[in-house]
Amino acid sequence: MDFLRPASWEEALAAKAEHPTAVPIAGGTDVMVEINFDHRRPEYLMDLNRIGELSEWEVGEESVRLGASVPYTKIMEHLRAELPGLALASHTVASPQIRNRGGVGGNLGTASPAGDAHPALLAAGAEVEVESVRGSRRIPIDAFYTGVKRNALAADELIRAVHVKKADGPQQFSKVGTRNAMVIAVCAFGLALHPETRTVRTGIGSAAPTPVRAKAAEEFLNAALEEGGFWDNGKIITPSVAKQFADLCSAACNPIDDVRGTASYRRHAVGVMARRTLTWTWESYRGAGRTAYRKGGAA
Amino acid sequence: MSPNGAPTKITQGSQTKGGIGESTLRPDGTLKVTGEFAYSSDMWHEDMLWGQILRSTVAHAEIVSIDTSEALAMPGVYAVLTYDDLPTDVKNYGLEIQDTPVLAHGKVRHHGEPVAIVAADHPETARRAAAKIKVDYRDLPVITDEASATAPDAILVHENRDDHHAGHVPHPNIVHRQPIVRGDVAEARKRADVIVEGEYTFGMQDQAFLGPESGLAVPEEDGGVHLYIATQWLHSDLRQIAPVLGLPEEKVRMTLAGVGGAFGGREDLSMQIHACLLALRTGKPVKIVYNRFESFFGHVHRHPAKLYYEHGATRDGKLTHMKCRIVLDGGAYASASPAVVGNASSLSVGPYVIDDVDIEAIALYTNNPPCGAMRGFGAVQACFAYEAQMDKLAKELGMDPVEFRQLNAMEQGTLMPTGQPVDSPAPVAELLRRVKAMPMPPERQWESSEGADVRQLPGGLSNTTHGEGVVRGVGYAVGIKNVGFSEGFDDYSTAKVRMEVVGGEPVVTVHTAMAEVGQGGVTVHAQIARTELGVTQVTINPADTQVGSAGSTSASRQTYVTGGAVKNACELVREKVLEIGRRKFGSYHPAWATAELLLEGGKVVTDGGEVLGDLADVLEDEVVEVEEEWRHRPTEPFDLRTGQGNGHVQYSFAAHRAVVEVDTELGLVKVIELACAQDVGKALNPLSVLGQIQGGTTQGLGVAVMEEIVVDPKTAKVKNPSFTDYLIPTILDTPTIPVDVLELADEHAPYGLRGIGEAPTLSSTPAVLAAIRDATGLELNRTPVRPEHLTGTQLSAG
Amino acid sequence: MRVNFTVNGRPQEADDVWEGESLLYVLRERLGLPGSKNACEQGECGSCTVRLDGVPVCSCLVAAGQVEGREVVTVEGLADYARQRAEGGCTTGACGTSLQNAQQWEAKGTDSQTGEGTELSPIQQAFIDAGAVQCGFCTPGLLVAADEMLERNPNPTDADIREALSGNLCRCTGYEKIMDAVRLAAARQSEEV
Repeated sequence: MDFLRPASWEEALAAKAEHPTAVPIAGGTDVMVEINFDHRRPEYLMDLNRIGELSEWEVGEESVRLGASVPYTKIMEHLRAELPGLALASHTVASPQIRNRGGVGGNLGTASPAGDAHPALLAAGAEVEVESVRGSRRIPIDAFYTGVKRNALAADELIRAVHVKKADGPQQFSKVGTRNAMVIAVCAFGLALHPETRTVRTGIGSAAPTPVRAKAAEEFLNAALEEGGFWDNGKIITPSVAKQFADLCSAACNPIDDVRGTASYRRHAVGVMARRTLTWTWESYRGAGRTAYRKGGAA
Repeated sequence: MSPNGAPTKITQGSQTKGGIGESTLRPDGTLKVTGEFAYSSDMWHEDMLWGQILRSTVAHAEIVSIDTSEALAMPGVYAVLTYDDLPTDVKNYGLEIQDTPVLAHGKVRHHGEPVAIVAADHPETARRAAAKIKVDYRDLPVITDEASATAPDAILVHENRDDHHAGHVPHPNIVHRQPIVRGDVAEARKRADVIVEGEYTFGMQDQAFLGPESGLAVPEEDGGVHLYIATQWLHSDLRQIAPVLGLPEEKVRMTLAGVGGAFGGREDLSMQIHACLLALRTGKPVKIVYNRFESFFGHVHRHPAKLYYEHGATRDGKLTHMKCRIVLDGGAYASASPAVVGNASSLSVGPYVIDDVDIEAIALYTNNPPCGAMRGFGAVQACFAYEAQMDKLAKELGMDPVEFRQLNAMEQGTLMPTGQPVDSPAPVAELLRRVKAMPMPPERQWESSEGADVRQLPGGLSNTTHGEGVVRGVGYAVGIKNVGFSEGFDDYSTAKVRMEVVGGEPVVTVHTAMAEVGQGGVTVHAQIARTELGVTQVTINPADTQVGSAGSTSASRQTYVTGGAVKNACELVREKVLEIGRRKFGSYHPAWATAELLLEGGKVVTDGGEVLGDLADVLEDEVVEVEEEWRHRPTEPFDLRTGQGNGHVQYSFAAHRAVVEVDTELGLVKVIELACAQDVGKALNPLSVLGQIQGGTTQGLGVAVMEEIVVDPKTAKVKNPSFTDYLIPTILDTPTIPVDVLELADEHAPYGLRGIGEAPTLSSTPAVLAAIRDATGLELNRTPVRPEHLTGTQLSAG
Repeated sequence: MRVNFTVNGRPQEADDVWEGESLLYVLRERLGLPGSKNACEQGECGSCTVRLDGVPVCSCLVAAGQVEGREVVTVEGLADYARQRAEGGCTTGACGTSLQNAQQWEAKGTDSQTGEGTELSPIQQAFIDAGAVQCGFCTPGLLVAADEMLERNPNPTDADIREALSGNLCRCTGYEKIMDAVRLAAARQSEEV
């Protein structure tokens, strides 16, 4: 095993081009577990900690450019207003120690369906900025996950940043685990209201081979909200609409039975989380007078 | 040369006072908070090698061939050993039945069984070498439950059994069977107005101590070996290790290295023999440290169990009879299974008066992971089931569950199902009264001015509810646990106590082989020495095999038995000191001959408080030292057909009240409070007593809602050997645990004390389950209870 | 490979490090600092918690090569670290040690083997006094995490304490005495101010 220590982004790209099998390591929270437990012996480990820009973020007009290695702790502390769904998801990641090291780039690189950031990124709408010596490109989040623990990265590409749309409405994130802290998702659900476009977006984690959106549920809800004039009149969403939305979210799952939970439970739980997060976000939308949606958090 | 981290004696000097009954602080506390306390995995030796174990990847298979040549050829590899390299004819070990191969021979019987061992100059080299060993397996069918174990054509897990249980078991795949029959169940059953039945399942729990199995074996010049090891019982290890090495016991020196928790999981050997074999083969010190994955295969677990119960009661709430059948899965090797069977059967009635009982407990041999000792030892599984039955009966009778239990509670003088009278206080009804009387935690604690605090809700930080679906429930349970080794075992401890004057101050040194695993035995030994010998300064010597056996740190026995041995040795030292005093000063004061004399504050005093002299003057440069064995009252084996016999030494009782909040839609549970009342006889160190009760309670909580080793029934392979998927409670899962300590002395025990470590682990689990049933109205006949059990989504078809 | 970094204010150099080694392994097996514990090596127990440039992390998940040039504080250096903070030297968590102090640093020898008389940080003393130590294997990680929490949040609520320590498993105590210890350290800390 060789240890590569690029001092700059350009050096990292060059190293990755030269050694496409090199495994990038930033927070180490996935890679080191695999090394410690002898599940993985990469030829090259490439440390990204020395590339300062990866741990920085910029808040722009439309979106936030989030460096791949910005630790979850920083997202929780500094980006609650702009990225409320991702901030909530960050707060559910493992433990304080892990949140101090891990970042969204790791979640995306590993592309495990259980990664906590995915549902929030899917719901908010995001693009993954990847680069190689051949050039830079942005991959829409919907096209990023290509299979179980597989993503759209080419062998010579590295994840540089994620561009996430700034929240224009309430967002929520829920995750089921069988412990009250430090737990991997049995399943997870992210929901974002987008009043500007009068749409909702969803994200489901750990209930299909990849993180997925519940598109049929979104379409149903978009239509129901439009039809009832809900965006304007701010009425309470009827239980039947919420239930239909929840059922369609459950139906969007394609889960398996495993040691963490049954497929049947996952479908059920995604439905419950869909209904609850819809209630929370909609209440927040109504309560905020439909003008100020900058209130993240579990209230 | 001593390795780094070799334990040294610990002296509690003049800053620490306090005899028994006081909350003195741990003598090893400062070392533990500064990181200087050396655990077995911290041991380090110049030039040491690292040992690695190759384990079976399948549960049941013939070994067709093993090829170690590639591994041996690797640079940095010093030795690769298999069964064929074992030096003597003794190739198996075991606590009671020597059925466990040091290295697999011809066959593996469970997933993760050791097949070969490697020593190399770096752990990664050792791992790579182990991976290069080629083992060719031919799969055999797996035995995974009672049906497959006792089927007519069942393959035998162990052929040609000749152990002392082989003759009386109904099938060779049953390790041991213990029936208990008392009274006339058929007749008593006729008096029952209500009868309730239940079938219960208890999942496989892991001790999950944090300090991994580890140790350092150092070859010695005389051809022997010195093993620094984390264990629960040095002398039991020694008895099993020496014959395999072909060494006399005196050439296997054992020293207790720091132990990072045990809870029963270190009662059996793990890497001890492997490290010694590699050290003797290579002539170099060898360190072995399991990682967490390996630790799940490296020690036995708590027996999973199926329990079938029938109880009857009269309309006015008196229990008429009980029938039960307890099937424990012992896995591939016997470990402590026979004793667990004895406990499960003899404690299956619980702390209740039932004169007519018909009981059977068995442990199976299967290809599942071996199971053995864990805190609560057979009594835990039974308590889960009989307490569920008590709630069912109370409900059936329309009675309050606590009052129903109190109405049937045993007391001093009650006969156990074995016919043995309970001859010390058994305040079962009182403990229930106390735990019920404790104030209830406030409702809806999650509500705050800023909205819901998810940390106080089911799901916690995962943000699954802001109060929706949350229902509170309350449940009670009480249990009975035996203290000490039972069934006629010669359960003694040895203590060596020395008194001398150093720098003008009397100093006592206590030397035992007791395994300090965190329980605070060393604290108590120093307290006993201060109380009995009137000194301040006490030195605790490292535990090793240079002194006689102290028995196991298990069965809640160490304070009782090794504490008793220390007290006894102190009393003998005191007599010798007084003898010296009488010889020197008897003629100066008549009280030396006539009064009851005590040692207090470094002086000899009369029971009237008159000072006769300084210990420093009495002893001068004389050294008084006593090494003596001490025993509790003898016990008897249970009759193999009727189960009758005075099998137990002492009993311990605890009661719990659990308050839970359940998200009934998602099936997530938050335990809000787990109140406990326990009789401890005499609290030698109240702070430590609370720590034991709260710790034991939390392990019971764990197996109620999250802890389970999941074994694939098709392959007998473990599916979750990691802390990612074997979950133990975090601080956010653990509630406040208020404790009400009752002290009713047991006149048979030193200071009236009662062993305390295990009882709280029993009743905690059924109390939580009862509370969840209260919240959800579900029957819940298995533990741990998982979200799918609370939401009707167990089956994947849905 | 060779790794140079600072541990408890003292420059350290580790040689012949295998590229897959963790910071935890280097501390324990190469630098003679086994205070950080190896309970799970998968970031699920917190017993190996150290501060890396002031931030609490699981040292088992930091590749040794990643700490080149960085500052690490372990339980062995916690008392010094807390003392310097109390003296006003360090609030960011990334304070350096003067060359003179670094050269003087050594593991504290004490008169008796119990370490009586050892200078302890307030959180270490509170763990002893409250009975928060049993087997002690989780203790070093908990101390580092709790000390950092009290640095950020001197008056934590119970829920704050539980959240901050939710990455540190303890199997012996049931956490009640650990809660007591952190409350005690917080109370003592506020008395001093």
